[in-house]
Amino acid sequence: MKEDISLKIRQDVFKMAVRANGGHIAPAYSMADIAAVLFFDDVLRYNPKEPEWIDRDYFILSKGHGALALYSALSLAGYFDRRELDSFCMPGSELGSLARMGHVPGVEATTGSLGHGLSFATGIALACKMDKKNNHIYVLLGDGECQEGSVWEAVMAAAHHGLDNMTVIIDYNKLQAMDSIDSIMSIRSFSERFAAFGFKTVDIDGHNLSEIKDALMMREENKPVAVIAHTIKGKGLSFMENVPVWHYRIPNEDEMEIALKELKLTREELGTYEKCLFRNII
Amino acid sequence: MRSAYLETLSELAAKDKNVLAMISDNGAIVYDDYRARFPNQYINAGISEANMVGMAAGLARRGKIPFAYTIGAFLAYRAYEFIMNDVCLQNQNVKLVGIGAGCAYSLLGPSHHTIFDISALRPLPNLTVFSPASPMEVKQVVKAAYSINGPVYIRLGTNREAEIYTKDYPFEVGKAVTVHDGGDLTIISTGSIVSDALEAARQLEADGIRARVINIHTIKPFDSEAVIEAAKETGRILVVEEHSTDGGLGSIVADALVSCGIPVQFDRVGLTGFVDGYGTHMVLKEKNRIGVMEIQHRAEIMVKGKERIK
Repeated sequence: MKEDISLKIRQDVFKMAVRANGGHIAPAYSMADIAAVLFFDDVLRYNPKEPEWIDRDYFILSKGHGALALYSALSLAGYFDRRELDSFCMPGSELGSLARMGHVPGVEATTGSLGHGLSFATGIALACKMDKKNNHIYVLLGDGECQEGSVWEAVMAAAHHGLDNMTVIIDYNKLQAMDSIDSIMSIRSFSERFAAFGFKTVDIDGHNLSEIKDALMMREENKPVAVIAHTIKGKGLSFMENVPVWHYRIPNEDEMEIALKELKLTREELGTYEKCLFRNII
Repeated sequence: MRSAYLETLSELAAKDKNVLAMISDNGAIVYDDYRARFPNQYINAGISEANMVGMAAGLARRGKIPFAYTIGAFLAYRAYEFIMNDVCLQNQNVKLVGIGAGCAYSLLGPSHHTIFDISALRPLPNLTVFSPASPMEVKQVVKAAYSINGPVYIRLGTNREAEIYTKDYPFEVGKAVTVHDGGDLTIISTGSIVSDALEAARQLEADGIRARVINIHTIKPFDSEAVIEAAKETGRILVVEEHSTDGGLGSIVADALVSCGIPVQFDRVGLTGFVDGYGTHMVLKEKNRIGVMEIQHRAEIMVKGKERIK
């Protein structure tokens, strides 16, 4: 069942990006299984009919470029009509490459510029603590994002305030936009760093659904939890996995054939789209 | 101004438990009374201005009303992108309070001067920008900020500003106040330097020049009407600001004047680079050509012409 959701998310992401001729496919794929567990394995408490429900749990997507996976999960959860996904990045649509709060039901924060979501989430978690509320706040960060200094300001604050109502998930796919993290600005080791700051930490296989579930349910009194999810960027498409250039690229027609097969999608399901004739990389 | 700010914030905190004072480890003993009275409505975010602003946005998302306070320079520049994305773009109910406007921290040098904040923050959508002139006005502004459900920036001096009002006056957001009447020219000013403009106006009177002084306590929304009226009635506009002339009050006034198409004599007294030197606030203003004498001198030139004064 959850495996089906993961596949469904990957299919949605692919369809949206191909039709729009743009979008971050690979960054969405590394977090697809985490999103599936968050929304569909009794982790997040939410009510799609009432997105602002005061007792809901929060999911803050700090790596805003994972928006495609988030949109898919939100549509599957019933926040909005699944047909809306077809409008991704089209004129008049609210679904852009980076998610915006107040524009898409269920999106809790406007992100895109990296290094913001954890501070915002820390504020929400602190407010819930002050009000003695039981909401749990999940926030997903990219690994490369952790090169932003503000992330560590927020990590310090979350630990200092003993925010045990917060779980930080690191999508540790080991790549950033241009190359491997290790060759650009290495960040070893996440768990030791977070532990040193005062977090409870756990390393997991970010594509193993039961490991994800266990980690997301982990709590420790007076400590926020850091889940270091070891993932594969582009997970689900063989030619995309672990190849940096796919941070923001759309498959050409040869790659399309392979992709459809691996994603169990038909041409009909993909629908019509403009063939990608340019090198759309950033 | 700082005392007036804390006094008003305490009043608000007493009646609304969602009001929070946030600081990034500055304020020293001045917060002692507030902390003692409202320990649960006080967060020292540590020396991390960007995180303080991001957290403030998150707190506001849950209905808190954080007043995030630090030296204006650190707030406006270091946390700028957090102000833009987390507070303004998400339209969160966060109050940003910058202390030490202009070169009020006159012994600390340019890193601690706040002279580009208006040009930096004014373009941000959803943000209301206040720049009160005196302690009494600070109280009005803080109450107004609380009543606005959205982002607000308050530009404060420090703690030795002169009071310019003798009695209560009608305060309205976005509505300029004429604090001195006159018909020969209009001095338009904002912040604590309004009191220097007033002093200059008094001295000009002895010289036969009657200067109107307009206090702009709300930079955004801006009271263009007051500027246009003054231009029509006095024909001469002298802007006085303790801020960079690039994108400061002078630029805003010039925008309004150009848009209305009224021919007018225009000049400005303001800062044109980093503020040099150390000393008292007054000495620093004089040295950097924004003191009372400079205001007076430029007003005289404007009214009498260069040739007729020595």
